[in-house]
Amino acid sequence: MSTSSLIESVADRFPTAVSASHTYRGDATVVLRHESLLEVARFLKEDPALQMDFLMDLTAVDYSTFGKQPAPAFFSSSGVAVTPSSQIPDDDPWPGPPGRSRFAVVYHFFSTAHKHRLRLVVPVEETALELDSLTGLWLGANWLEREVWDMFGIGFRGHPDLRRILMYEGFEGHPMRKDYPVKKRQPLIPALPTETTPAVETTATVETVESGLAAIETRDMLLNIGPAHPAMHGIIRIVAKLDGEEIVDADVEIGYLHRGFEKMAEIVDYNGVIPYTDRLNYVSPLINNQGYCMAVEKLLGISVPERCHYVRVIMSEISRITDHLTCVGATAMELGAFTVFLYMIKAREYLWDLVEKVTGARMTVSYCRVGGVKADLPEDFAEPCQKAFKETRKVIAESDALLTRNRIFKDRMTGTGVISAEDAISYGITGPFLRASGPAYDVRKDCPYAVYDRLPFDVPVGSHGDNMDRYLVRMEEMEQSMRIVEAALRDIPPGGVLVNMETGRPIPAAEMVDLGKVGNITAITDSRAVVGPTLEGADRARYPSIATDEKRAFLPPKEDAYGNIEGLMQQFKLVMFGHGVRVPEGEVYFPVEGANGELGFYVVSDGAGSAYRVRVRPPCFAIMSAVGSVLTGESMADMTPTFGSVNMIGGELDR
Amino acid sequence: MEEVTMENVTLALTTRLNEALGWARKYSIFQYPFVTACCGMEYMATACSHYDVDRFGAGFPRFSPRQADVLFVVGTISHKMAPILVRIYEQMAEPKWVVAFGVCTCTGGFYDNYATVMGIDTIMPVDIYIPGCPPRPEMVLDGLMKLQDKIQDQHTTGVRAVSEPRPDTL
Repeated sequence: MSTSSLIESVADRFPTAVSASHTYRGDATVVLRHESLLEVARFLKEDPALQMDFLMDLTAVDYSTFGKQPAPAFFSSSGVAVTPSSQIPDDDPWPGPPGRSRFAVVYHFFSTAHKHRLRLVVPVEETALELDSLTGLWLGANWLEREVWDMFGIGFRGHPDLRRILMYEGFEGHPMRKDYPVKKRQPLIPALPTETTPAVETTATVETVESGLAAIETRDMLLNIGPAHPAMHGIIRIVAKLDGEEIVDADVEIGYLHRGFEKMAEIVDYNGVIPYTDRLNYVSPLINNQGYCMAVEKLLGISVPERCHYVRVIMSEISRITDHLTCVGATAMELGAFTVFLYMIKAREYLWDLVEKVTGARMTVSYCRVGGVKADLPEDFAEPCQKAFKETRKVIAESDALLTRNRIFKDRMTGTGVISAEDAISYGITGPFLRASGPAYDVRKDCPYAVYDRLPFDVPVGSHGDNMDRYLVRMEEMEQSMRIVEAALRDIPPGGVLVNMETGRPIPAAEMVDLGKVGNITAITDSRAVVGPTLEGADRARYPSIATDEKRAFLPPKEDAYGNIEGLMQQFKLVMFGHGVRVPEGEVYFPVEGANGELGFYVVSDGAGSAYRVRVRPPCFAIMSAVGSVLTGESMADMTPTFGSVNMIGGELDR
Repeated sequence: MEEVTMENVTLALTTRLNEALGWARKYSIFQYPFVTACCGMEYMATACSHYDVDRFGAGFPRFSPRQADVLFVVGTISHKMAPILVRIYEQMAEPKWVVAFGVCTCTGGFYDNYATVMGIDTIMPVDIYIPGCPPRPEMVLDGLMKLQDKIQDQHTTGVRAVSEPRPDTL
C-alpha cells in the first residue's frame, strides 16, 4: 500500500482521532490524539488491508528545546544549511514537531505481509504523562515501554511491570529528557548496591508432590545468574526461579552496559556519532556505520555513488560473517566445544585482516561517513578477499563436521529454546532468530536498500524455532554473505581502482600545506597529495566514486583542502566546532539488516549542528525481552545454548 | 667485603626466595576476565590461537574470583556495574593485580556522561593500564609483559604499592 493510501485508511476510519498526517522522505506519519491510541493500534494490527504485525520500535522524543539550540555566530552569517539536493523532490516538507506538547511517543509499525511501514506519533502533555500500554497487543511493547518510562518518565496505563530497565533503582530523574544534564552522575558506590527487586515471586512456595514412592517436599529456589557469570558472554542478570532443574520463571535484568549512546549523539555533530555507532554492535560495526549514515543521508536527501554502495555492502557482509562466527563459536565453547571456538576466531582473524586492509582498524572502524566512505577499497582487494574466504570456508566446513552431527551438541541444541513464529513476531524479533522460526523476513530482501536488490543471495529459514535451527541458519547465512561479497566484487563499477595513480605530481601533504600558505597555488594544481596510511584511497581522483558530490556534507579531498580556497572553506565549514553537516528539520527512520536483525535508526533534526534525537532500534533488545519466557519451562542446562543463540551484544542491547 | 653473619645469610636467602616466587607467579597467571563490552572481542582475539596468550603463562581464564590472581577489567564500566566489579575484586585473594584493559577502564573514554564510571581507578587500585579503543592484541601482550615485570618485583607478601589517588574533580 502506498504511503498516502496508508494514511487515508487510518484517517478515514478514525477521523476524530487523527490530528495530522504527512509523508516525509517516504515515511508515512500519523499524529494521533492519545485517547484513541489503543483503538487505532488494534485496527492497524487486525485490519486485513494493513496487517501491521510488527511493532518495530517504540520510543519518545522530548521536544522542549526543539529549534532552540543557539546557532553559532559564524554560521548564521553564512547560512549554508543544507537544503535537500535535487535528487529527492521535496514537495512535502516536514511540518514540524507534533503540536505544542513537550513529549511525543513514537511508534513504528511494519507489516510483513504488505511490506509497508507506518509511524504513529502521539503527543503527550507534561501534565498528563500517561498513555495506554500496548502490551496487550504486542508482547514486545513490554520492555520498550519500560525503556520509555526509564528514559523519559512517561507512564503506561495497564503495563504489567513498569519499572526501570536500563538505569538502576534509586536513580533519580530520566536521563534522556533534555533538562537532565549529560554529566550528572549518580554513582552507587562506595555505598553498597541496593538490591533490585526481581519481578518473580521471592517467597519460596512449599508444596507437596505425590510421587510413586512417597510424598516429597519441594521448594522453589531463586538462582541469580550473572551479571558476572562464565556462561554469559556479556553482562546481564537472569533471576531464575527453579523447581529442581526446571526453570519456573525467569526475570532478565539488563542495562549493565548502558553508556548513554543516545544522549551522546545529541551532543556531538553528525559525523561525530559514527565512532559511537561502531560500539553499538561491536562485532559487526560496519553495518551500524552504514545504517546510521544511510539514515542521515535519507534525512539530507542525498545519495551516494554506486561504487560507494557496493563498498559499504561488501564491508557489511564481511562484518556479518565475523558476527556469526563469534556467535556460533561462543555458543559452541559454552557447550564444551572449545576447539570450534578457536577455529572460528582464527577465521575471524583472516576477515579482520581484510577489514584492516580497507579501514585501517580491526574492529572499531568508523569507516562510513555521512555521504560516503572514508576511502576506496585498496587495489586488487578481490585477491586477499578470495584467500580469506577460502580459509573461512575451510573453518566453517571443519566446524560443521565437528558440530552439526555431533551427538552431544545436537542433544543440547535440538528442541531447546523454542519460540513460535507468532510469539517471535509479537516480541518484535527479527534476524536469524526470527528466521529460524519460519518467517523469511530479511530487510535486505523485503525492503532492499543500497544495492541488495541486484545481488544474488538466499534467505535461509528454519522450521522448529529452536537453538539448532538458529545455529543452522547462521551457518548458512555466512555462506550467503560470502556469495554476496563475491558477486559484489564482480559487479562493482570501476572507480578509483582503475584511476591511473601516476597522473598528477605527488607532493607530500606537509609540503603542500607550506606551498598553500605562501599562495603558491600553481605548484599544487594537478598534483596529488601524499597522505598518511589512514587516508590511503582518499585521493582526489577517487573521490567521485566514494563520496557524494554534495559539498555541504562531505569533506573535500586533501588536494583541494590544501590547494585552493574553496576546498579550504569547505573543510573549514565542516570540521569547525559549531559548523559541520547541517541537516534540515525533519525525522526519518531507516532500517538495515544487522547481524541480529532489523537495525533501525530514527533520527530527528531541528536544523542544528547535532542531531536532535538519535534512536537506535537494537535488534537484540527484542530478542532479550523474549528470553525470560523462552527459558520458562526449560531445564537449567538449556539456558546456556539458548542464551548463546540470542547473540546478546551488550553495546547494542543497553546502548 | 661484608662480613658473613647469620642476618646477612637470611637476607640473601629471602631475596632469592622472593625472586623465585615472583618468577613462578609471573608465569602462572590465573586471570579473571571481567568482560563487559567491545574490548572483549580483542580479548578473545588475544586469548585465541593467533596471538596465543598461553605463551606468557596466562592462558587459563578462571571465572571464579577465588581462583584468580589477575583481574582483567575489559570494557566500559557503568555505574550500575561498578558495585559488582568492586565486589569481585574484593573476593579475590591476595596477592592480586588489576589490569585496566581499554580506554574506558583507564579514563572512561569518550563516554563522558551520566552512565559511565570515568576510569576504574576511581573505584579500585589498578596495576597496568592498557589504553586503546580497543587495544590491539600486540598492545595487550605488551601490557601483560609489563605486568609480569611488576609481579616479579613485588614482595612475597603481595603488598601493593598504593597508587596516588585521583583528584575528585574529573
